[in-house]
Amino acid sequence: MNFTRRDALILGAGAATVALLPVQAFASPVDDAIAAFTGGAATTEGGIELTAPEIAENGNTVPVSVSAPGAVSIILISTGNPVPDVCTFNFGALSGSQFGSTRIRLAGTQDVIAVAKMADGSFVQTSSVVKVTIGGCGG
Amino acid sequence: MAVGVKPRVKVPKTAAAGDVITIKTLISHKMESGQRKDSDGNKIPQSIINTFTCDFNGQNVMSVELHGAISTNPYFQFKATVPESGDFNFTWYDDDGSVYTETKSIAVG
Repeated sequence: MNFTRRDALILGAGAATVALLPVQAFASPVDDAIAAFTGGAATTEGGIELTAPEIAENGNTVPVSVSAPGAVSIILISTGNPVPDVCTFNFGALSGSQFGSTRIRLAGTQDVIAVAKMADGSFVQTSSVVKVTIGGCGG
Repeated sequence: MAVGVKPRVKVPKTAAAGDVITIKTLISHKMESGQRKDSDGNKIPQSIINTFTCDFNGQNVMSVELHGAISTNPYFQFKATVPESGDFNFTWYDDDGSVYTETKSIAVG
């Protein structure tokens, strides 16, 4: 079969359309994870602080801490892991300050997103890029 | 039941009433993420601690929902207000149904 330039263009256009379709049909898993936490409400910046290393040599244990004064719960979401959810902190009556620190796994260089639900029902969001040298998901 | 699970918790022994203290917890657990494959290429099923809670005299301090992206030997550091003397109860819930607990007392005075 002879492949003319015109055939190649048509094929390419068709493939591109197919590739784009799922993106339009479904939101990304990360957006879904955020929406599941916020219930679809919009988030604003500020009022939340996420501390993560700029460069993590070992993706198996990346120390992160998050703090959002006045929050009732904070969710951590990874944008590059097979499963976006990392963990959710829920603060109770005797919580001294809305602060949590833990160690997480990151599959590769990616953004880590923190979304906090405030006591008044609003949501704030922040993110931090972590460069990962060795991924933490196993082979 | 996962083997060799041992909770470790660091809480100050004393505090003044109303003080905010820092609590550090660590529990040895392999936290199988569900993403790894064994030598035959089969996925190893997920087996993690899915929930951690901390209570003081029956009142909730905080709880955490864990997913596969939490590292082996999950570690948490957080802050608690101490209104009176009493006990901190720490509870970890495993996917396999096991529950691990640890209690630490604190004296106010």
